Order: sequence, then structure tokens, then C-alpha cells
Amino acid sequence: MSAKTLMRGTHVLGEAAIRSGCRAYFGYPITPQNELPEYMASSFAKMDDAVFVQAESELASINMVIGASATGARVMTSSSSPGISLKQEGISYLAAMELPAVIVNMMRGGPGLGNIAPAQGDYFQATKGGGHGDYRLIVLAPAYGQEIADMTRQAFDLADKYRTPVMILGDGMMGQMMEPVVFPDPLDVSKFPVKDWALTGAKGRPSRIIRSLWLDPPKEEELNWRLVRKYEAISQEITDQEIYLCDDAEIVVVAYGTAARIAKGAVHRVRSQGIKAGLFRPKTLWPFPGEVLASMSKNLEHIVVFEMSTGQMVEDVRLYVEGRCPVSFYGRPGGVVSTPEEIAGVLSGVGSGLIKKSA
Amino acid sequence: MRGRIEIDRERCKGCGLCMTVCPKKRIGISAKLNTKGYYPADFSEDNSSDSEKTACTGCCLCALVCPDVAIEVYREEKE
Amino acid sequence: MKKVFSRPKSLKDVPFHYCPGCGHSVIHRLVCEVIDELGIQDKTIGVPPAGCAVLAYNYFDVDMCEAPHGRAAAVATGIKRMLPDRVVFTYQGDGDIAAIGTAETIHAANRGERVTCIFVNNAVYGMTGGQMAPTTIPGQVTTTSPGGRIPLRDGNPLDLSAMLALAAGSVFIERTTVINPKGVNRTKKAIKKAFQTQIEDKGFSLVEVLSPCPTNWKMSPAESVNWVEETMSKIFPIQVIKDVA
Repeated sequence: MSAKTLMRGTHVLGEAAIRSGCRAYFGYPITPQNELPEYMASSFAKMDDAVFVQAESELASINMVIGASATGARVMTSSSSPGISLKQEGISYLAAMELPAVIVNMMRGGPGLGNIAPAQGDYFQATKGGGHGDYRLIVLAPAYGQEIADMTRQAFDLADKYRTPVMILGDGMMGQMMEPVVFPDPLDVSKFPVKDWALTGAKGRPSRIIRSLWLDPPKEEELNWRLVRKYEAISQEITDQEIYLCDDAEIVVVAYGTAARIAKGAVHRVRSQGIKAGLFRPKTLWPFPGEVLASMSKNLEHIVVFEMSTGQMVEDVRLYVEGRCPVSFYGRPGGVVSTPEEIAGVLSGVGSGLIKKSA
Repeated sequence: MRGRIEIDRERCKGCGLCMTVCPKKRIGISAKLNTKGYYPADFSEDNSSDSEKTACTGCCLCALVCPDVAIEVYREEKE
Repeated sequence: MKKVFSRPKSLKDVPFHYCPGCGHSVIHRLVCEVIDELGIQDKTIGVPPAGCAVLAYNYFDVDMCEAPHGRAAAVATGIKRMLPDRVVFTYQGDGDIAAIGTAETIHAANRGERVTCIFVNNAVYGMTGGQMAPTTIPGQVTTTSPGGRIPLRDGNPLDLSAMLALAAGSVFIERTTVINPKGVNRTKKAIKKAFQTQIEDKGFSLVEVLSPCPTNWKMSPAESVNWVEETMSKIFPIQVIKDVA
């Protein structure tokens, strides 16, 4: 363990990646995540076994990720919303070629060029298959500096374990905010298990092919079903959430990432007004912890979904809650960051309704 | 120098490029289809008395241009 | 008699899927002959394109990593940076390398990536059925330039190799053909030099090969060979474009 250090989110992510054995980073500048490639560039410059390339585009960088991953390395790229759109092609290929990689999206306002303020408008893109074809992306949503460090380690481990790309979905605020963090000890790259599929040159073994093209439909179908079985295992094994003050809760806010931190502040505020509120925070956005939420929802009066978007995750919430309780949505898109007071106002509006009803 | 070629009838697609480069014009097109439905190239040995001028020398030009690596070339060892 | 010509060891013993008279398979063979002669089969990693040669991994008996359309140079960069002592090559058609993959290729050359690109130029999109390519020559009829390519409307043939020669990181670029024995021999020599350039850690190397596509040109194999010689090579002259290796 490292000593407790005060670091901004992007730097936490970079340091955690290096300690997780990441030895390759390929990226292209875009605000608000530039401190991450900058951290990788300066850290890798001091290491003799690590590769940093500033590519000519996001397209090129995700394809360099494909190449580096094919050799068996732990590899990462990062960007923000518009840049992540450009990486979708490569992410689809990574999924199909079953190559591990970690992709960081520090979301900003959109669509289009949008702005550089923190937002959560890429939930659909991240969780519903932003690229073409039948695939899923593991999406981890940290909310705290410490969690950025822990989830980065987890992201690399999951990517290797399941041979699949993993996204860390943050936002501009999370990337900039400085928080105290304790890092896990660095992993010894030389002790990583040998990947028996990696391309290293066919020395003393038959040549290998890493591909996504299966012209014969039954073969492509086989790949699709194999991926589905993998995704089912992932859903069984890694789904995770934070459940906060929900034991006696009548109203639960569902929010992730930065929005969840704001919501947590709001929960404290309305509790002091006598409203029994809690927070449900998905830590994995895909797989979505819908079963847990569904069983909770039976005992709730109301769910309020709060997102820094016009409403994306709310669709998944409604899908799992299936009308067991009312689900409302409150969103602030475009890079507007709500205050806990604002969300408390929303909750007390709902909550005072509940108080009246039960009176 | 005397040579000989062997054409893999099943690999040959009958493009005829070997015919165009053979300096001795010893390659023709077979009248019999192969199982892929192509009329493959056909090598004829020359056993005539004047064969110095017309026989295969094993020069490899046909094999060099063959898109299907369907030709193997043999040549008499130099004495 | 002694066998003096047969299939190279690193070329898998399977029939090619290419059309009769196609240049791809000749170029495959030449790459494999070079791999055998340099003794690098066990340290070579190839990156095929999207296009007719996407199935190149069925033929090259070396490790192969597929790339999305046009991105081979970026994928090759990722491989080579991680494994600098391996020999990494891309094998790409003109649509792949000179249209959709222009940026990746130019920047790989500019960074001086120690990779070798085999650029097969047949002036047409082959796999998709004969559409106009960046290298289609003026007047050439394709399925998307049915009256012939009109430069003012459709643009001019793009000389990617000349563009790449401007990049400081490129050290060896040659354009050849495989339409006759002389061209085949020269192509092999160029490929060998390009690989050696990489092995000697000098920089980016590329061999552009003018290659017949009888099917999409709607010509016989023999006519295709003549068309390369008489028409295509006037626009894309056979020459060493850059050699500072």
C-alpha cells in the first residue's frame, strides 16, 4: 500500500494503471482528460518497459491498443465523449477479437462538440454497444478518488480474465477533483501468467491468428453465442452497487458517478428534514445491478433517478423496477452540475408528498 | 540445360500467364476441366530431335509469374 | 532432376481464394520467400487489411492480427512498439491504405515506425465488387465511375507512396509490378530490402506493387498485364521513390 496521497482523478487513474501492470498507453488529446495522457507520458518516460504514443487520432490510438493488446500487454487508452465516439469502431473489434483493454471515458457535455464540462450523456453509448454488432462492454463507474484507484486495478484484471474491453466511465469533474488516495502495491509484470493466445512470433509453436472475420455464418453465430455465454458469466460474477441508507428508506435516489455524490449530499439533507431517503449507486453500469434494485423496489414508495443527462440510465431502472414503485427522473444535461441542495429540493418535493400521503 | 515443370492441375485456375512468358512455348491449356471448373495449364515435354531449341530449360519464368504457386520446376544438375 | 522452384515454407500449403490472374497471391509468395530467406518466420507478425487480402492469414504461416479497414499501420504500430525485435508488416490494398487508412499510414511513416507496408495497388476496390478507388486512373471505368473517372468530378489518382516519401520517418519506398518475371524479381528484391530496412532499425519502409485485377477490370489476365504496363504504370511509374536506408 502507498501512503495516503492527494491527487486529481486523472492522475489517480494513471498511477493505478501503472501499478496494475499497464505498460502501454495510446491516446489523443481532448479536454477534460488531458492530465491522464500527460501523466502516462511523464511516468512512462522514466520506465524502460513502457510505451507511450500520442497518436494522430482517436481512431489510430484505439487501433494501436488492438495491436499492443494482441501481443499480450496490459494496455489503456483514454478520451472524452467526442473522442470515445471515434473509438467505437475499435471497441467493437476488441470485443470480437476477444482482446483485453481498458478504455477511459471522462464524459463531457454533448452531443456534437458540446462543451468541456462534466456530464453523463454517454451512458447509452457505453452500456448498449456504442459500436456495431452484438457485443457488450464492461462499464465501471467510480465515484470517489479511492474508487478510481481500485476500479482501475479491477478493470485491468477483468479485461484479462474475460478477454474483453472494459470501460471506466467518469466525467470531467471526477478527473479534475483532488482527493486522498491509498494505492495498492504495484504488480510485478514479469509474474503475469503467459497469455497462450498472444501474438509474439511463432517460435516453437504453430502460428496464431487474432481475427474477427468469420465469413461462414454458422461460425460467426458460434462467436456470437460464445460471447453471450461470456457476458452471462460476467453478469453473474461482477455486478456491483453501493446501497446507502436504504434499510428504512421510502425514497431511493438512483445515481452513479459524480451525480451519486451529489445525491448522497441531498440524502443527508432531506434525512435531517425527516424524509426517509437512501441512495442506490450502480458501480457496474454494465452489467447493471438491476436484480438487486428490483427486489429493493418492492418496499419503496418512490425511486428518483438523477443523472447529468436528459435521462438514459432511467430506462434501465424502469426496466428492472417494472412498475413495483413509481420512478421519476431528474436530470441536468449539458455540463450543468447540480448542487446537493437542488437535488434535496427534488427529494423533499417527492418526500413531502409521501409524508402527506401517509399522514 | 534440360528442365521440366509440374503443374498442379487442381491449383491452376487457367489464367494462362505462364503461357505468355514461356520462352519455348511449351505450355498450353488443357482440354479437360479440373474439379474447380477451370481449364488448367498443360505442360508438354519435347522429345523431338531438335529439342535443344524447343525443350524446357527449367528457367522458372512460368513459376515466377504463376499467381497460384501451381508450378514446380525441375532442372538437370550441371555436370 | 533437381527441384529448383517450389512453394516457400512460410506459405501455407492451401489453394488461394483469389481470382485467376490476380496479383495478390504472387505478392504473398514473394513476401514468404523473403521471410524464408531472412529466416524470420518465427519472429514475424503480419497485419492483413480489409479487402480481398483480408484472408491473408490463411496463407501466411506467421502470427497474424486482423485490423479494421485502413487501420493496419496503427495496429502494426501497437505490435511493434511492444515487441521491437519482431518483424512487423502490413499487407494492404489501395482502398485500405490510400483512402480510409491514409492518416494512419502517413503518421506511421512520419513517426518512422519500424514496420513494412506491402501496398497492393490494383486501382480498384476488389472485394466490394470493383468500385472506384483513390488510385483509379482518369478515364478508368469502375462500377461507381461508370463513364470513366473524371478528375474534376471524381478526383485524381492519389500517389500515396510519393506522399509518404515526404515524411522524414520513411526511409525506403519503391514501386514495382508483378506483371512479368522481371517485375516479380524486382518486387522480391524490394520486399527484401524493405524488411531489412526494418530489421536494421532504420525506419518506415513500403513497397507498392501494381497488381492486376482481371475480374474487376473486366479483362483477361493477359490483357490486365498489358494494361498495367501500358496505362497504369504511366500514372504510377515503376521506380524507387525514396531510398535513404
